[in-house]
Amino acid sequence: MNEKTKGPGSDMLSGVSRSTRDGSSALDKETQTKIGQQLRAMYDDVVRQGVPDRFADLLKELERREAEEPKS
Amino acid sequence: MTIDPALRDAVLAAIPKLRAFAISLSGNVDRADDLVQETMLRALANIHSFQPGTNLQAWLFTILRNLFRSEYRKRKREVEDVDGRHADSLVSHPEQDSRLEFKELRVALGKLPQDQREALILVGASGFSYEEAAAICECAVGTIKSRVNRARHRLANELSIEKAEDLGPDPAVRAVMAGKSR
Repeated sequence: MNEKTKGPGSDMLSGVSRSTRDGSSALDKETQTKIGQQLRAMYDDVVRQGVPDRFADLLKELERREAEEPKS
Repeated sequence: MTIDPALRDAVLAAIPKLRAFAISLSGNVDRADDLVQETMLRALANIHSFQPGTNLQAWLFTILRNLFRSEYRKRKREVEDVDGRHADSLVSHPEQDSRLEFKELRVALGKLPQDQREALILVGASGFSYEEAAAICECAVGTIKSRVNRARHRLANELSIEKAEDLGPDPAVRAVMAGKSR
């Protein structure tokens, strides 16, 4: 996408601030914080679900089989 | 296979985070749970190769990441000639199992290249350091940093495009954005 087609204010809309000296553009702090918060919220939502039964059951099953098998 | 109970408990305790990582990678809860189960089985079968005192969680994440990538490659090969749009169908179906409040984010995550997505999740959500993430992804620390940076930019773009549409930008801007989001 070249500069001409970019449209007015698209930098602001995309949360990308002016280019930094080394040429790469930096995200403004607020956008970066917001992304971080959303990512962690999504992630923690799953973490809070804990360990589903299928995994605890599988471990128990593995241990049961292990106990039954004669040691080689 | 005899498992040290302390190690077994540690593997079990890591499962919630492994699931969160797997769901973020694949965008699909069922596939993610299969991936976590496979990771658990592999880890227990190879527990002798885990070095006590090192980071168990990072070790488990490495196994899961490698499984996801090899499964991705395999599935990609299988459907390559069948359907040109396969890449879309391999990663995310956030519609069907994601909670509504995170749907937009999951869709945006699904659009990221795999390298960027995993780097961003490891650093931005799992809480690994750049160094740990680099070890998990088997690449240089600088590479992880640049992937995370690029991922944040793309995500910022994707997410604010939605908001911009809500606000109703003028047709020219909207056309540009529609082209960009494809």
